[in-house]
Amino acid sequence: MYNPQLNSHGELIHLLSTEGLPARILRQILDKAAGYVAAGEAGEKKHTDLAGKSVFNLFFENSTRTRTTFEIAQKRLSADVHSLNIQASSTAKGETLLDTIHNLEAMGADMFVVRHAESGAPFLIAKHVRPGVAVVNAGDGRHAHPTQALLDMYTIRHFKGDFQNLRVAIVGDILHSRVARSQIHALTTLGCPELRVIGPKTLLPRDVEQLGVRVFHDLKEGLRDVDVVIALRLQNERMNGALLPSANEFNQFYGLSREKLALAAPGAIVMHPGPMNRGVEIDSAVADGPQSVILDQVTFGIAVRMAVMSTLSEARA
Amino acid sequence: MNVLIHNGRLVDPASGLDTVGDLFVADGRIVGVGRGPADFKPAQTIDAAGLVVMPGIVDLAARLGEPGGEHKNKLQAELKAAVAGGVTTLCAMPDTKPALDEPGLVQMIKQRADALGLTKVLPLGALTRGLEGNELTEFAKLREAGCVAFSQADAPLADNRVLFRAMQYAATYDITLRLRPQDVRLASGGVAHDGQVATRLGLPAIPAVAETVAISTIVILMKDSGARIHLERVSTREGLEMIAAARAYGLKLSCDVSINHVHLADIDIGYFDSNMRLSPPLRSLSDRDAIQQGLVDGTIAAICSDHTPVGNDDKLLPFGEAKPGATGLELLLPLVLGWAEQKHVPLPQALARITSEPAALLGLEAGQLKVGAPADLCLFDPNQHWRVTPETLRSSGKHTPFVGMELRGRVRHTLVDGRIAYTAEPSAA
Repeated sequence: MYNPQLNSHGELIHLLSTEGLPARILRQILDKAAGYVAAGEAGEKKHTDLAGKSVFNLFFENSTRTRTTFEIAQKRLSADVHSLNIQASSTAKGETLLDTIHNLEAMGADMFVVRHAESGAPFLIAKHVRPGVAVVNAGDGRHAHPTQALLDMYTIRHFKGDFQNLRVAIVGDILHSRVARSQIHALTTLGCPELRVIGPKTLLPRDVEQLGVRVFHDLKEGLRDVDVVIALRLQNERMNGALLPSANEFNQFYGLSREKLALAAPGAIVMHPGPMNRGVEIDSAVADGPQSVILDQVTFGIAVRMAVMSTLSEARA
Repeated sequence: MNVLIHNGRLVDPASGLDTVGDLFVADGRIVGVGRGPADFKPAQTIDAAGLVVMPGIVDLAARLGEPGGEHKNKLQAELKAAVAGGVTTLCAMPDTKPALDEPGLVQMIKQRADALGLTKVLPLGALTRGLEGNELTEFAKLREAGCVAFSQADAPLADNRVLFRAMQYAATYDITLRLRPQDVRLASGGVAHDGQVATRLGLPAIPAVAETVAISTIVILMKDSGARIHLERVSTREGLEMIAAARAYGLKLSCDVSINHVHLADIDIGYFDSNMRLSPPLRSLSDRDAIQQGLVDGTIAAICSDHTPVGNDDKLLPFGEAKPGATGLELLLPLVLGWAEQKHVPLPQALARITSEPAALLGLEAGQLKVGAPADLCLFDPNQHWRVTPETLRSSGKHTPFVGMELRGRVRHTLVDGRIAYTAEPSAA
């Protein structure tokens, strides 16, 4: 099947989704990120991979942390960085998404990092940019958040070695989670043999098993013997649409507590894409506990985003 | 004017006729099929060798952009597209700006359409004022003004009380209501069928039960009110099963589907192709197969174009923000031919879904090749291949799921009441 993320040489030209990317590319990005981490530990933070390139961060939806880590990554690669908080204002003025893109292209953009509330928006942009201009999806609707998933893969590999013998559980609001979708595709591609999703039926999308996961509704049962536990953020507005009765009930049945975590394999790691709702999907004792690698995720996120953007800049025209 | 259509393949879905011969037209009507009146002297002869001669297409649902698009002369553009697609009668959807909720508006649109002398336009009246779902429009007066049925288009009714009263009132006058079966709350916020594809793409979903719950409500209220109901654009297997059961029970229930849903399913969304953003959403492959089966077994009376011109500004957007709808008037015939070929449906049986069956629902004499019937005719070349591009479409709507595809079957002549309303340019031949 035609894949808009790869060129005819099989090189990455856009990063839009972890779905459909060969394991070779995922590993290439993780390996490259490891190089930046090692260099950083050796005191070499600054690189020139994107010197002379103009990178535009287009955040049509709010984000502080993802945008900041992208900016740090771009500056470490010596890119010219331009961040625009577009929100809904330009569409309200009558400018369409593609108008905005074409205007920025006219200003010499080489790469767009895009966050958008609508699933698929980065695909639309990638379809309409000039050849040679790269698009990085920084989160689109419920669809994908590939750099988050890649930094999660990096974190898992860092702590667990490889994916071949791992049990991974993703807990909570799978339905609305772009992070979960991207993690599922990345994990299945990298050979994770057992991937579980755990949540109430209102927060699991239809036919989710077909993505290659086992479905559990009982957290305790689902956590048994897993090596990696990923908690997802639960938005407060989920209580409005009759999806859940209360945050309290969710916490009691699906929140990660020390007692429940004890059911996982010894040495299991706990991850969270942030921002956390302490006391809802994760208790502080777990978030700040010895098994938590949540802050490591943030640190690795910079190196992984550097690796993604550097890889994109290397693709042949 | 007397017109002789010479040596064409005459296909009459109503009678099952499929034979090569001549067709005779005089004073706007068919005066001979195969054999003409003894004293017939043609003023014009159309050489139909190699062409199929069929009744003009009767399209149950198209959007023409007026009222609302007069400044762009939309009506004329869309009716030129209609005749180029072989459509000789169409029902105009009432979701215009303003909605078709007053007799004056209905008369105006009819007069403007009649003056063009192209496709015959039968307006559908808005079921409620401003399509707001609360107050009934003047059904009886609107019918006198030319409305053939009443529809909410995609707009919801306020509640079941309005639906029930509308049915009772319509039944008083034996007026048909056209209802899009969709529970607005269950469909709320959704943009794609609730299934594997929406799950994978993270698209807010519209579950099949949004349709079946609405159908069950309609069926229950029909039994009590005795109303005649036509369900517009049915999309699910379960919905079709419920309709078949209600028809077997003896209810005056009919339904149509859009041509897009005959061919496509949610997997065709691919990478968020907004040309596939339609209402109702493209459903699963199983639903699409049920639609194809329902067309063969007669559960579904008609295939309509559901023609909805959407401009670039409304379509070149992320999938969920794109306006639903596709251009269809010029694609209906070749896509029906494609379906018939793929599924080995005999040509007369396939064409019945766009001619005699919808005509019967509307109580029209048109839709058949019969002496005395209006000479609304479509002559097409079944072997001409053409590629769907913005340039090959006359409609102002250029967006369709089928853009770039090569289709077979192209209209060469369209006659409306015996007048040649369209002839393909020789270069297109």
